[in-house]
Amino acid sequence: MVDIEICSLHVRSRLLFLTVTASSVLLGLAVGLSSQTPASALTLVSKETRRTIPITPVGDQELVPLDDLAQALQLELQESLGTMTVSYKGKTIFLTADQPLAQVTGRMVSLSSAPTRRASRWYVPLDFTSRALGPIYDVRLDLRRAAHMLVVGDLRVPRVAVRYDPLGGAGRLTIESTPRTPSTVTQDRDRLVIRFDADAIEPPNPPFRAAGAQAADSIVQAVRLGDPTTLIVDLGRRFARYSASGGDPLVIDLDAVVAPPPTSTIPATPAPTTPSIPTTSAPPPPTRPSPAPSLPPPPPIELPPLLAATSAAMRTVAIDPGHGGEDEGAHAFGVDGTKEKDITLAVARRLKTMLEGRLGVRVLLTREDDRGVALDRRTSLANNNKADLFISLHANASPRRSLAGATIYSAAFATAAARDAATEGSERVPTFAGGLRDIQLVPWDLAQTHHLDQSTMFAGMLLQQLTDRVPLAQTPVETAPLRVLASANMPAVLVEMGYLTNPEQDRLLTSDAFQSAFAQGVYDAVVKFRDAIAAGITR
Amino acid sequence: MKGRQAAIAVAVALAAALAWLVFVGVPRRYANNATPAPSFSPFSAAPSASASTPGRTIKAKLFYVAGDGTHLTSIERDVNYGDGTLEQAREIVAAQIAAVPDPLVSPVPEGTTLRALFITDHGDAYVDLSGSIMSGHPGGVTNELLTVYAIVDVLTTNLPSVSAVQILVDGKEVDTLAGHVDLRRPLEKNTALVQ
Repeated sequence: MVDIEICSLHVRSRLLFLTVTASSVLLGLAVGLSSQTPASALTLVSKETRRTIPITPVGDQELVPLDDLAQALQLELQESLGTMTVSYKGKTIFLTADQPLAQVTGRMVSLSSAPTRRASRWYVPLDFTSRALGPIYDVRLDLRRAAHMLVVGDLRVPRVAVRYDPLGGAGRLTIESTPRTPSTVTQDRDRLVIRFDADAIEPPNPPFRAAGAQAADSIVQAVRLGDPTTLIVDLGRRFARYSASGGDPLVIDLDAVVAPPPTSTIPATPAPTTPSIPTTSAPPPPTRPSPAPSLPPPPPIELPPLLAATSAAMRTVAIDPGHGGEDEGAHAFGVDGTKEKDITLAVARRLKTMLEGRLGVRVLLTREDDRGVALDRRTSLANNNKADLFISLHANASPRRSLAGATIYSAAFATAAARDAATEGSERVPTFAGGLRDIQLVPWDLAQTHHLDQSTMFAGMLLQQLTDRVPLAQTPVETAPLRVLASANMPAVLVEMGYLTNPEQDRLLTSDAFQSAFAQGVYDAVVKFRDAIAAGITR
Repeated sequence: MKGRQAAIAVAVALAAALAWLVFVGVPRRYANNATPAPSFSPFSAAPSASASTPGRTIKAKLFYVAGDGTHLTSIERDVNYGDGTLEQAREIVAAQIAAVPDPLVSPVPEGTTLRALFITDHGDAYVDLSGSIMSGHPGGVTNELLTVYAIVDVLTTNLPSVSAVQILVDGKEVDTLAGHVDLRRPLEKNTALVQ
C-alpha cells in the first residue's frame, strides 16, 4: 500500500489497468459460468407440485445444477476427490467430472455430455434424469427434452401439437393431443381457453405465433400455455366467432368480421363466457354466442380436410437427405456450383420442422448434418424406428442442360429379386414362453416388395400436391431399382427435386420460395396419405 | 437252339457296348471336363491375339444419351468380331464404353475401361469395369440409370444368350455407382429406357 502511495503516475495507471483487467477476468468468469443467466428452465411436473430448475447452456449442451435437482427429487449428494456420489434410498450413482458416463448401481450408463464442476457446483446434462436417475428412482421419470419438461410419476401429460390454416377471411385451428385427451373450449373475451383433462400438457414446440407481413390481421395471434393443463389462443382484432368440433384432433373454425374492424380492437363489453364444449362428444351445439351478433353470416369457406386420421396411422416419418460428407452427389456447373448434399439437407430440415410442428408426428432425419451415411444405415434407421413412411430427397443431373423438373420414384425390382421375395414365407419358431409362433420372413434387401402398392399410392399423392407448386419433369412419376428404397420396410419414395445441371433450376432449387413450396407439397401429401391409410385405403 | 443264338447275340451286344464305353465314352467325357469352360468362364481383359479376328467386324447396337436426356438411343455400329460369345461380349462392351465423337453423348464416364467379363451358364454376364465409372460419374438418378442400362442393354440386346448383367467395379461387387441404382443383383434388359 505504501508502495502504491509512492509510485509514479505511470506505475499507478498501470496498476489501475491491472485492477480493471483482473476485475474483467473475474466478471468474465462469472458470466462464463452462466449459472446466473439461464437460457430457459427445466420444469418438473409431479402430482404434488410443479417447479422449475434453471438450465445452464455450456457449449451446445444444456445442463442443470445437480444440487437443485437433488433438492427437488430428494437425492443425497456427497463429493469426494473429484467424484460425486448421488444416493437415493440406498442406491447410488457415481459421477466423475468431465466424463460423459455415470455408474448406476455398478452399471455404466452413457450421458449426452459430461457432468461439469464449476464454482463449487455440479452441473449434469438433462438426460441424467432419465438415463442415470430413472433406473434407481421409485417412480417413472419421463424427460420431454424438447419441451424442457421432466414428468415425475405416472401422470397424464399429453403432447399437444397445433396447426393453423388461414383461409381467406377465416381460419381453422387444429389441435392434436398424443395420447388422445378430452378437452373443452371456452371463450374468455379475446381469448379461447382450451382445457385438457390431464395432469399437465406438453405445450406445442415451437409455440405458435402469427408471423409475416399479415401477422397483425391474423385471427389467431398466438397459442400459448396458460396454466399446466390449459392452452390459451390469443385472438386478433378480426375475430368474430368460432365453432369447435369434438373429438381428437380438436378442430376450431374461426370466422372473421366482414367489415374492417372498428378502432377499438377488442369488444368494449366483455363477451359472456361460453359454456364448456365437451369436445369428446360430437356434434357441437348448433349456435355459439358471438361478440358481433348483427353481422351477416359469413360466406361459405373452403376449409382444408380435417386431420381426422388417428395418430396410429402415422406416427413416424423418416426423411432421407441424399448423399452427404465426401459424397457430394450431383453438382451444378461451375467451380463452386451448388452441391446436391446441401440442397437435400436444407429441404429435409424444413420438412422436419413442418411435419413435427404442424402434424405432430416424429420425424427422423437419416443425417442431421453434413456427414456421409451408408445407404443401408439410412434404411435401417427407418426400419428400426418403425417409421410409417420413408422419403428420400435428391437433386438430379444430366448432360443435357435443358432438362428440368421434379421426378418421383418408387422402387422396382428385377424379376429374380421379385421371385426371391415371393418365395419367402413364414416360419414357425419356438417362443420363450413355450409353444410356437409364425414369424413372417422379410429379406432385408427385398423388404420394399411388401409395400409397393402403398409406395405407388403415396407417389401419386405427391404428384398431385407438387403439381402447380414446383416444376415437374416430363414424366414425373417413375419406377427404378433404387438401392435406398429396396430395404425400406414401409411405403417409400425417392424424389429428385430438380436438375442442378440446369442453371435456372439451380437458382430455383436454392431459393427459399422453392424449398418452402416443395416442403408444403410434401407436407400436404403426407397428410393425405395419413388420412387414406386411416380410412383403410391401401392402393 | 434259337434261345442259344439269342443269348450269344445279347452277349456280343453287351461286349460291344462295354468296349465303346471303355475306349470312346470315358476318354471323351474326361476330355470334356478338362478343356471347355464349365459353369463360370473367366475372360481376361487382355485376351490372346487369336481371340478376335483383326479386320472382321459385326454390326452391333450401341447406346447413347438421347436428345431428351432421359432415354437411351441405339445406334448400329461396326464392332470387332469376337470368336465366341465371351470374346464378342468383350468387344461389344469395349466399343460401348469407348469415347464417342460429337454430337453423340456417352452415358459412361470417360476413362472407364473393361477389366474382365464373365458369363454364367444361366446367361448372367458379369462386367468388371475400372473405378473411373464411379469416380468420374456426375451423379443424379437420371444419369446413373442411363449409365447402368447402357451396359446392361448393350449385352442383352446384341447377345441373345445374355439375359442379365451385373456390373462390378475394380473386381468387386458394388451397391451403386453414384448412390442410387441397385447393383447387387444382375439387371435385365430395360427397353423402357430406350427411345
